[in-house]
Amino acid sequence: MLSPFVAISFKRNDNVGMTVVWADKSHNQVLKDIKEMHENETPLLEMKHISKDFFGNKVLTDINFSLKKGEILGLVGENGAGKSTLMKILFGMDEIHQTGGYGGDVMINGEKVQFSSPIDALAKGIGMVHQEFSLLPDFTATENILLNREPLKYTVFSELFGERLNILDREQMNHISERAIGRLNVPLDKDMLVSQMPVGHKQFTEIARELSKEATDVTEGIKLLVLDEPTAVLSEQEADSLLKAMRLLSESGISIIFISHRLQEIIDVCNTIMVMRDGQIIKTVPSQGIVIADIARWMVGRDVGSSKRESRGFDYENTPVLLSLQNLWVDMPGEIVRDVSLDIHKGEILGIGGMAGQGKLGIPNGAMGLFPAGGKVIFEGKEIALNNPRHFLDAGMAFVSEDRRGVGLLLDESLEWNISFTAMQIQEKYLKQYLGGLLKWRDQVAIEEETESYVQQLEIRCTSTKQRAKELSGGNQQKVCLAKAFAVGPKLLFVSEPTRGIDIGAKSLVLKALRKYNEESGTTIVMISSELEELRAICDRVAIISDGKVFGVLPATTDSAEFGLLMIGQQSQILEGGSV
Amino acid sequence: MNLQELTSSAKGLVKSFGLPRIIIGLFLLSLFITAPFVGVNIGTSLSDTFNRFGMNAVMVLAMVPMIHSGCGLNFGLPLGIIAGLLGATISLQVNIPGPTSFLLAILFATPFAVILGWGYGQLLNRVKGGEMMIATYVGFSSVAFMCIMWLLLPFNNPTMVWGYSGTGLRTTISTEGYYLHVLNDFLSIQLTDHLTIPTGMLLFFALLAFIIWAFLHTKTGTAMTAVGSNSVFARASGINVDKVRTLSVIMSTWLGAIGILVYQQSFGFIQLYMGPFYMALPAVSAILIGGASVNKASILNVVIGTFLFQGIVTMTPSVMNSMIHTDMSEVIRIVVSNGMILYALTRKTEVIR
Repeated sequence: MLSPFVAISFKRNDNVGMTVVWADKSHNQVLKDIKEMHENETPLLEMKHISKDFFGNKVLTDINFSLKKGEILGLVGENGAGKSTLMKILFGMDEIHQTGGYGGDVMINGEKVQFSSPIDALAKGIGMVHQEFSLLPDFTATENILLNREPLKYTVFSELFGERLNILDREQMNHISERAIGRLNVPLDKDMLVSQMPVGHKQFTEIARELSKEATDVTEGIKLLVLDEPTAVLSEQEADSLLKAMRLLSESGISIIFISHRLQEIIDVCNTIMVMRDGQIIKTVPSQGIVIADIARWMVGRDVGSSKRESRGFDYENTPVLLSLQNLWVDMPGEIVRDVSLDIHKGEILGIGGMAGQGKLGIPNGAMGLFPAGGKVIFEGKEIALNNPRHFLDAGMAFVSEDRRGVGLLLDESLEWNISFTAMQIQEKYLKQYLGGLLKWRDQVAIEEETESYVQQLEIRCTSTKQRAKELSGGNQQKVCLAKAFAVGPKLLFVSEPTRGIDIGAKSLVLKALRKYNEESGTTIVMISSELEELRAICDRVAIISDGKVFGVLPATTDSAEFGLLMIGQQSQILEGGSV
Repeated sequence: MNLQELTSSAKGLVKSFGLPRIIIGLFLLSLFITAPFVGVNIGTSLSDTFNRFGMNAVMVLAMVPMIHSGCGLNFGLPLGIIAGLLGATISLQVNIPGPTSFLLAILFATPFAVILGWGYGQLLNRVKGGEMMIATYVGFSSVAFMCIMWLLLPFNNPTMVWGYSGTGLRTTISTEGYYLHVLNDFLSIQLTDHLTIPTGMLLFFALLAFIIWAFLHTKTGTAMTAVGSNSVFARASGINVDKVRTLSVIMSTWLGAIGILVYQQSFGFIQLYMGPFYMALPAVSAILIGGASVNKASILNVVIGTFLFQGIVTMTPSVMNSMIHTDMSEVIRIVVSNGMILYALTRKTEVIR
């Protein structure tokens, strides 16, 4: 029985890629394929009205798409667009169940499924290759491919002591792994130790493992393969052979969901491209005739053109440079800064954007001294010694960390403590001094007053100023972090990912507070964010960081497609015009 | 009608005070109620409990600074005790009788406490995350080292050294003639024949407790609490985390030194050699029973915890002995006190960062 819903989603998406596939096959095979298609037009995978929220924070809204047998679907989107959450739902990861499940239906071959664990998904013939390798380095390719699924031989001992004493059937193992590698058509040595392989071969081993999962009585053969940024670690040549292998697989009827930040690859290899942003599908288009700029615009832009705000026309000529970063390097794990030079003018709001892991977060963390750093940081003409937060704070700068719970807050203490602590320690605010300054007593009344005023000003929702910071919601915690920085009265404020993980209402409040603070007290603000639109909305200039270096500094009014190109590492033609 | 409301508010009350503390408190109360029926004098029992409270409270207080700075429970208390023992023996060597010897003991113990505490702090700064395990062995090994030193150090006051050889300190040295009961007898109140309140000792503890309380309200004290609460936050606020931690360890070590002196003046003996070996555990469990966690502790935790722990340890053996008429006191005391330590240490897991 088919529900009316299924009938609606039967729209076929003819595309040339498929015909090319058929051309390679024997005539009979093609006929058989077509027959199958007509007999059973149910797409292999269908996701209908998928939605997901994490504790009220919506991350996916009404996701609908379908994937046919042998189709390659390219999934693109900025970090945090919801790609990985969607894949986690498909695989039934624990994370999804533990946070209240999801809305909508996942259908495989027209049959509604609900995987309670990734093992169920594997049994249904869905395989995934993660960005990080999960291989045993001292095992050969074959051993890794068949790990825990090895064909076994009985021996006399297994008769005596049970199946645990079976021995591996090496011959059969070689046979299976050869076949799996053969499907990929890559020069992968099945007997090579993983530790000796070039990184590309490791990736092929991962894929071969998924391919080797053939139909058994309990599981189905591999039908759908999810590749999460498989080319990120590969050289161009390796990536090419991977793409070729993907085409081969698709010809043999395996559907692929391909997640990548390299847009050219997506265009080259995929039949369909799906662009996600803010937990929604923005576009689903056949890859024919699409150019990178289109995808980049869909990825980053809200409604392109309409989100421009009136430029303040910041006068860079006549304002002095307040902070100058010169050849800064920072060794922050996962966010390495290699060589950043930036001049920040007094009174401006500078945005720093870029993809995750490219080093944008390393800049404030390194300048402040939380991670080992080198280079020069010159503030008001004086060089600030690195690697000691005290110097940074004493100079009159403040930093709101992206790691709210780890760095930004005293979770077990009251709001009063959280807001007043830094100012108290650095500037001796909220202290009563006795015995000629020998005894510095905490001034509870002053602390309470100050906290109360910030609670009012930033609309922090709390039961009282004595409430513990960990009991607040993410958005309110962020406001507490801001209040802490405001209390110091900094000349320059670094704000890192101020809107990460907070809901839309709190987002706009936080951004407004920053803007207002900048306008009213003339504080220079450097805001680091993964959300380009946010940066464009409140900043005067936006610097894009890629691979630990400044890739370009553009006025915030520049078209978002231009930024999108910079973020994926493409030099822009109008780059020069942008460096104010 | 409002039964539900009543039970929920009662539940809240139980939760805020802590179910374990209520159970232990009720058990202690039942011991006091049973005592007269099995022939144990209630006055003596109370007197003993107050005495033991005063003797041990300062050493429990020595837990507080290190807990606040995130160094965990001070399992290295024996190190502080050793500083106290050095102060005590040097004071006796100087041989000025009477209460002055107590002040001298404090005075001599202080530099040792500061130096040993500083070194101990440096060590703990290198093993962040594993402080308590390391601290335990710092305590144990320092005790072993001092076992050698007590024999070798050139003390020669006849009240302290082995009679037959004239060198090397004895295992127990009497404080009689020096500072025996100097605090106990100060302003002490004799309520009945059996019930005496050691006012001076309690006042001395109150003074130290007040100093610690006040310290935690100063700028440096605030920084100490913040370091313990979230050291990365403190670092990002310009605090030199290692310095603050070292200061807290020095404070804890000094309080341990003073603690053993208070203990000695009431107990009447200086116990050397293996004496300090197991001193840390009762203090640790007392503060945990008082409701402290590995990184949060207050003066109230110290007072409640010491009272409950010492109360049980005092009362259980005497009441049980009288009930079953065999001398089981030592066995029962070991079972009870170690059982409480075991319970108290399992409470560590309740702490969430």
